[in-house]
Formats: sequence, C-alpha cells, structure tokens
Amino acid sequence: MTAIGSDAARAAAEAAARQSYGKLVAYLAARSRDVAGAEDALADAFAAALEHWPRSGVPDRPEAWLLAVARRRSVDAVRRRLTREASRDHLKLIAEEMEARMVDEDLPDERLRLMFACAHPAIEPSIRAPLILQTVLGFDAATIASAFLVSPSAMSQRLVRAKARIHETGIPFRIPERAELGERLDTVLEAIYAAFAEGWSDPAGTETQRRNLATEGIWLGRLVASLMPDEPEALGLLALMLFAEARRPARRNTAGDYVPLAEQDLALWDGALIDEAESLLRRAATRGVIGRYQLEAAVQSAHAARRLTGRTDWVAIRELYDALLSIAGSPVVAINRAVAIAEAEGAVAGLAALYVLGDDKRLDDYQPYWAARAGLLARLGQVPMATEAYDRAIGLERDPAVRRFLQGRRAALRN
Amino acid sequence: MQYLLLIYNSEAGMAAAPKEAAIQMSAAYGAYTEAMKKAGVFVGGERLRFTSTATSVRVAGGKTNVIDGPYADTKEQLGGYYMIDVPDMDAAISWAARCPGAGTGTMEVRPVWPMAEYMTEYTA
Repeated sequence: MTAIGSDAARAAAEAAARQSYGKLVAYLAARSRDVAGAEDALADAFAAALEHWPRSGVPDRPEAWLLAVARRRSVDAVRRRLTREASRDHLKLIAEEMEARMVDEDLPDERLRLMFACAHPAIEPSIRAPLILQTVLGFDAATIASAFLVSPSAMSQRLVRAKARIHETGIPFRIPERAELGERLDTVLEAIYAAFAEGWSDPAGTETQRRNLATEGIWLGRLVASLMPDEPEALGLLALMLFAEARRPARRNTAGDYVPLAEQDLALWDGALIDEAESLLRRAATRGVIGRYQLEAAVQSAHAARRLTGRTDWVAIRELYDALLSIAGSPVVAINRAVAIAEAEGAVAGLAALYVLGDDKRLDDYQPYWAARAGLLARLGQVPMATEAYDRAIGLERDPAVRRFLQGRRAALRN
Repeated sequence: MQYLLLIYNSEAGMAAAPKEAAIQMSAAYGAYTEAMKKAGVFVGGERLRFTSTATSVRVAGGKTNVIDGPYADTKEQLGGYYMIDVPDMDAAISWAARCPGAGTGTMEVRPVWPMAEYMTEYTA
C-alpha cells in the first residue's frame, strides 16, 4: 500500500469511527441528557476504534463493534471504580435498543437533536462549535483548543461546564418546532460555520488539525443538509463551504506564497465542488426563503462564475452585500461590501464606505479592515496613509504567507 | 490582565537566514509592535542579544558563581519579549499567534502574578 493509500484508508476508518461514535453518543445523550456520561461510556471503545480500524478495516457493523468493546472495558472499569456505574447503565440502555431492532438496521440518528442541544441559546455562543465537534465527532479538547486559539486546559474546562449546564438546566434534546426553528437552526449553522472557518484559516493545509476542521465543518454541513433537506439555509451553508473549499488549492502558489482571489489560477479551482455547490444553491432558491448563508453562497457563486465568463460581476456582488448588510450586518460584511463598491464604482466610493465604519472599536485589531483600507489607499496613491494601514494589517496578521504578501504590497508603494 | 509573551527562536536559524529575510522579519516585528500600541495593549517589549552574550549568576554557600552563557541550553533560545495588557488569556493567545516569531519558533504566554494576588493566594 502506498503512503497516500494508507492515509486514505486511515481517513476513511477515522470518518467511519467518528460517524458511529457520534451516533452512539447522540443516542445515549438524547435519552439521559448526560452528554459527559455518554462520552465516558464510549471513550475507550472510540480510542480503540481509531487505533484498530485503520489497520483492520471498518467492521461490518461499526456501532455494534464499538458497543461490544465499550461493554467489555466498562465492566473492567466498574470493577475498579464504582463511579463508572452510570456508564454501565448507559451501555445497557443502548444494547437493549440495538438488540430490539433487527441486526442490520441502524440506530435512530439523534445527532441533529444533539447538535440542537449543543447550540442551544442557553449555551454560551463561543463554546457551541467546540461542543459539537467534541460530542458529535469525538475530537479531544486539545485538538479543538489549538484550532480555536485557546489554551487546552481552558477549553477542556469550558466543555465540561457546558455539558454540566446541559444536564443541570435541562436543555432539551429535540428539534425545535417550526415557529422557533429558524432562529435555533441559525445557532447550529453558525457553530458549524465557525468550525469550518477556523479550518479555512490555514489555507496551505500545513496544520493538519486546522485543515481537518474545515473538512469536519463540511461533513457536519452535509449531515445537517441531509437530515433537513428542506431547509434552504442548511443547503446554503453547505454550498458556501463547498465554494470556499473548491478554491483551497489555488490560495497558495508552489512557493507557498499567498495568492489573492483576483490572481488565482482558475484551473486549480475544483470544478466538481463548485458544480455541487451551484446545484445546492439552486435547490435552496426553490424554497423562496432568502437568508444569510444563501446570500454569502451567492457571492461565492458570482466569484466562481469567473471560471466560465472570465470576468467578475462586481455590481451583482455589491447588491448581494447590500442585502446581507440589511439582514445580517457585521463589520465583516461591511468591509466586503466596501471592497465590492470599490470594484464596481471606484476606490473613492469604496473608501467612503469603509470610513463609515471608522469609529468601531472592534476594528482596532481586525486585520481585514486594515488590509482593505491599505489596498484602497494604495490605489489612490495615498502613500503615507496606505503605508500606515499596511503596517497595521501586517502587525495583525498571523499567517506568515499573508504577512509576506502584505509586506510586498507595502514595499511596492514607493515605486 | 498583564501577560508576558516570551519569544523562543533558533539563533542558529536566524544567523543562517539571508539578509533579506532578516529585514522582512524586522519590518514584520515593527508592524506587530505598532499594531499592539494602536490597539492599546502594549506595555513593553524588547529584543535580546544572542545567548552568546548571556551571563548566569548564582550565589551558593556565600560564594558567587559567574558563568558564561545562558541559564538553560535549549534548542530554541529566548530572543525577546513583550509585556501586554489584555482582558484575558484568549486575547493574549491571539496576540502571541500574531507575533512573527510564532511562525518560526515558539511563544510562551505567562500571566503576570500581581503582588497583591500573590500575597493573598500564596502566603495566606
């Protein structure tokens, strides 16, 4: 087996292990509301699966395999520690359920309920995405902590607290009623997008943990889109992530340098992913309910059209950002809108749209604002001000390749 | 809260790097320091000369020992520091990640232990 082949086998085995693990945790937690207990019951078995399956292949009935190992280990654990009693109860519950059903029938998929519990409004927003990554996919706190730039011990504590909160405050494991679904689905989608975005910020894919997070975000997006195929925003988010992922190979050249969107080699874009995203977006549009993710995906679609038309329709993109600003205004949207205005109407208009934001304290250490401002000032030949803005952007950038790119632009100002 | 960001980088690597890269790195540090000042988090910070200039001093049994070289021989050496004032550890980690040295070496983030807190937590 080649190295790539064994990597692929490993990835497939890991994906299968996470799939089965998430299903079992979700099934248990949905009944007991005890997420930590459910994870506890399956922790050893999941670790064993991650170790064995890449070598031995994925078993025919992965959930039954996990359960069998969990029961065996848990009996040992109970002998040692009475605190594992809860785990044993958990495992009995699930075993009965599995035996009651036919051998080849899957467990009911409760992962969506689990995600709604993790992204409940009563859970602190910043911990929702990490909580989903841990409970649904089985990532450990240290991996999640690195991706979200938080110390592992702090992340671990927050996850423990959040799980205790689900249990103690009685957060329900249910899919919300129609009337409240929109808002609640937003929190789930937001958490998935946060996971994807953290992974997306490592464009070269040099850090495996980060790259995986983008993959996992897409995986969760696919899961939600398949479980809620009639929700246009779920489809829109998946389309958005696929459009972005399609461009990953073009974001760096062979020397590892940053390549801005306008200069990317279109041949490196993944056509199959773009096509899939387009068809998801079309399907979402038939529902006739517009939303943030569909609009953002539509922006990406307009960029992707360059593959076919050779040009970018900045007027259309500007209009999409106008719509986004009215339904989901944020500094990020406002900055992107200003850039679109600059492309459609000129740098002066773009800069004016950017200056409107000038007093927002949050922009002080927000790199994209300074990079956009620097680019527009540079176009207008405002060398001293552009230099200053480039310096701010350079000082706030954490990716060395982007930093080098900005330094290059700053140096070019003098000529 | 105040945090000390300790920058560990390979001196050998720095010495071997082309001049161009050193100039680019210095400019990146300049921009980083300015960004900290503009964001109002900068308390202090300096670059340190190579560990070949270090001297370690220790008094044992009334006898002062002065030794050439740094306290610890490590693969990456302490090359500079920043003292910042930010709301919490997460903010400190964000700033550490932006440091040009984080891309080539390791940043250690240490919270300052203010005297008043030390007195109540540790000596009480």
